[in-house]
Amino acid sequence: MLTAGAKGTADGAIERPAPASSLPPALAACHECDQLNDVPALPPNGAARCCRCGGLLYRNPANCIEKSLALTLAAAFLFVVANVFPFMAFGTGANMVHTTLASGVVSLWQEGMVLLSILVFVTSILAPAIQIAGLLYVLYPLNAGRYPTGAEPIYRLVIGLGPWSMMEVFLLGILVSIVKLISMAEIIPGVALWAFGLLIITLAWANSTMEPRVIWMRVEELREAQRA
Amino acid sequence: MTTARSRGLAGCHECGMVSRLPEAHGHYTCRRCGTALHFRKPNSLSRTWALLIASFILYVPANLLPITHTTSLGHTQSDTIMSGVLYFISHGDWPLALVIFTASVAVPFMKLVILTYLLISVQRGSTHRYRDRTRLYRITELVGRWSMVDVFVVTVLVALVQLGALANINAGWGAVYFGAVVVATMFAAESFDPRLIWEPLDNPHESAS
Repeated sequence: MLTAGAKGTADGAIERPAPASSLPPALAACHECDQLNDVPALPPNGAARCCRCGGLLYRNPANCIEKSLALTLAAAFLFVVANVFPFMAFGTGANMVHTTLASGVVSLWQEGMVLLSILVFVTSILAPAIQIAGLLYVLYPLNAGRYPTGAEPIYRLVIGLGPWSMMEVFLLGILVSIVKLISMAEIIPGVALWAFGLLIITLAWANSTMEPRVIWMRVEELREAQRA
Repeated sequence: MTTARSRGLAGCHECGMVSRLPEAHGHYTCRRCGTALHFRKPNSLSRTWALLIASFILYVPANLLPITHTTSLGHTQSDTIMSGVLYFISHGDWPLALVIFTASVAVPFMKLVILTYLLISVQRGSTHRYRDRTRLYRITELVGRWSMVDVFVVTVLVALVQLGALANINAGWGAVYFGAVVVATMFAAESFDPRLIWEPLDNPHESAS
């Protein structure tokens, strides 16, 4: 199913005429100092910065929606692999403990560390899962030129969860743990660990191609078109 | 220099669209994305102070209480965040000691100090180094999440080290408080409005409220 989606995206890119790539001139209020900026048309891969504080106003990543969708599809696949397969085995000889990403959450819960367990679950599994699912829901129809019903609250949720989605921090935590444990017993990295590493790279890449302003403008455009 | 507020305008913090707000205290939502619009984040200073004071209080048990209990062959050892750093130093693992020290000790502490400084400077209507203070805020917002690394290390250790009598690791209450500090400081950074830093420049004749 995921492969079919990715194929559809690639085909669409070939068939559709090149989209207008410059962002139109706009008035922008800086989030950091409230300065009003008259931003001229922004060419692809351009970025607009505040004239007073230098804060980033917005960017115009080339083919923003298409690339973001492709990378999110890849991330969804990697996310499933990273969560289903064991990421590490630890122990000596016959006494090996296999762990998945979720088993830490389960162990903490069983120990009575309920709050900690919830915090780790939300930041390492739930928030990223909602983000990836929400992005697919919004980006897939947008890329095909359709308005996704209910896109507004869903995309707002995706952005709001941003700071709480901490998979790259989790990866650093795993690496630190490996160093801590390496002298204690044998460690065998699993498939999920590699998937997890690739997932972090994919998400960082997706982040650099995703500009909320561009996505919101497209949502609005298709919503108005549907109403008309 | 013209600010959005001086024209009765507010930029949506989600989608960037600039809208006119007829009244300062009315309820308005962005017509593009539906987000609530304000000239400034509501009650920014008191909210940030409340969360910051909570963080300071939680910071004490987070550093004093053990984050892990390691049981090995009947002998139990408890580790705090600092003793984890010292462990790596004693094993000559300086790079890792530095990573853990930065993420778990330096970052949370600097975050508390910087937010306190920003709040006080805003309340006193400071006219110094607007850009640098804005930059400090931006950094605080970006690096805060990395403090969670120690919570994740505890999680992975607890999951992996279940070797019966040979070795067992359990989470300690310090980890819970530490997680709470990270969450509270993240909310504190989120509720602070950096536009307040610039207000003495926007209205030179008014004192900051």
